[in-house]
Amino acid sequence: MKNIIEASKLVFEYIHRDEEGNVEAIETALDHVDLEVKPGQFVAILGHNGSGKSTLAKNINALLTPSEGTLYVAGKNALEEENVWDVRKSAGMVFQNPDNQIIASVVEEDVAFGPENMGVPEDEIIKRVATALEAVGMTAYKDYSPNKLSGGQKQRVAIAGVMAMEPHCIIADESTAMLDPVGRKEVLKALHTLNKEKGITILYITHYMEEVTDADFVYVMEKGKVVMTGTPREVFSQVEKLEELRLSVPQITKLAYELKKSGVDLPDGILTKEELTQELKKLV
Amino acid sequence: MPIIFDHVTYTYAPETAYKKVALNDVSFEVKEGEFLAVVGHTGSGKSTMVQHMNGLEKATEGHVYFHGQDIYDKDFDMKELRTRVGMVFQYPEHQLFETTVLADVCFGPLNQGLEKKEATARAYEALLMTGMKEEQFLLSPFELSGGQKRRVAIAGVLAMKPEVIILDEPTAGLDPKGRDDILDMLKEMHEKTGNTVVLVSHSMEDVATYADRMIVMNKGQVFCQGTPKEVFAHADELSKIGLGAPSVSLLMDDLKASGMNVETGAITVEEAKDAILKMLNKNV
Repeated sequence: MKNIIEASKLVFEYIHRDEEGNVEAIETALDHVDLEVKPGQFVAILGHNGSGKSTLAKNINALLTPSEGTLYVAGKNALEEENVWDVRKSAGMVFQNPDNQIIASVVEEDVAFGPENMGVPEDEIIKRVATALEAVGMTAYKDYSPNKLSGGQKQRVAIAGVMAMEPHCIIADESTAMLDPVGRKEVLKALHTLNKEKGITILYITHYMEEVTDADFVYVMEKGKVVMTGTPREVFSQVEKLEELRLSVPQITKLAYELKKSGVDLPDGILTKEELTQELKKLV
Repeated sequence: MPIIFDHVTYTYAPETAYKKVALNDVSFEVKEGEFLAVVGHTGSGKSTMVQHMNGLEKATEGHVYFHGQDIYDKDFDMKELRTRVGMVFQYPEHQLFETTVLADVCFGPLNQGLEKKEATARAYEALLMTGMKEEQFLLSPFELSGGQKRRVAIAGVLAMKPEVIILDEPTAGLDPKGRDDILDMLKEMHEKTGNTVVLVSHSMEDVATYADRMIVMNKGQVFCQGTPKEVFAHADELSKIGLGAPSVSLLMDDLKASGMNVETGAITVEEAKDAILKMLNKNV
């Protein structure tokens, strides 16, 4: 099957200029990044602040244009200006701050804003809004004012807003970073539901490792480069390397790793407490 | 006892349609020189509660005592209270405003009425304590990374040499390494100066690692308090109010439940490792 997102040797440079327009400094935010996402996958990108993961997201959404390399989103070349609108339609984005991506005074209207802007007929909009709110579990709040909602609920409204535009892919750029644990779980669950039930491809950007244990594939970024790839299990089995990259592994994985180091016979990359309980049972 | 809450109740917007009881008959003490964590999910009243500690909010009913004095007495010096009880708000880096890092940190001590020289000396000390480097002192705060900005904001409060320092979710939005750096820095400062720290946090793992004692808030009331070990021993009750325990605590309970002869009560990876090794060795 063809990839929905395909990047090869992608480079992006932030160019700083002084007041006269002379180039002062060039910062390479993406350094020859290769990325492949298949339709229907849930792919996670991990990395600490400043590792280039948000820059990558903005390239995929055509908010930024790559400096070098190739990037195809749903078959369209993102380097060509005429494709900008198609690319944005294919890859919707949910940002970090719940308070600056909601614009309407009623939840339902906010979700309708995207499709309305795209010129979708009214009866179709009504259908889409209902489906989108249902999918993120916010139907009961359709007549609410967004300022009466919690952070997690606002993010789910934002996701519904993106979904109503029917993109092939949703990019969540640290959409849980400003939420409390309950809100984080709600948002993650909503995205997994969209992925499983509607087949929407998800590109999930985060620095919380415990949120990506259910992802299909994980990319780890550092200084603009992809430094690790694999399934969550493959990636999390490399505890030392992750810690070198200033990322921490989930507590259970860390515990299993420490036990193994002390001579307990355990497999690599244990992710959940259920797995660890099973493994320890065999040893007792 | 530096701070005592005596049956404190606080109602937002009383006598209107938006009336909301944020604190409901709250009584507890902050002990001299302790590292106290306040947990509870969003809306549980924890931020409202800490804002009573230095008189930013005034209780609708009940009393708050600072070193035995009722802070609502007419002749009580509120300004002095606010110097002795320092507060670091959520996202404190949004409050940086001066042209240089050093000037920003000097603002508090100068406002306290200190001489420029003394204020600068304090700013130096505070910035070094938060791990900032001297060559960064004359940069604009806006040239710094998110984690660095937050250190500067915390230094701004430390420079006033408060005997109690309250931090409202000081690690929100930081990556794992940035989070550990800030908490390690706080712990070190706490051990060095012996001042009292009140930390509002969502992370049970962090509370288990750093705090001497914790207070759990739920629906505007104190749900329970005690050492992290005492509180996390009641993981099921915590989960009933939507809070978790560190994943290793839950793991130990699971192990026990599945018939293994293991000591429960571990709250850190280190303790869990020791308990599991002990169990395995016993069986060898």
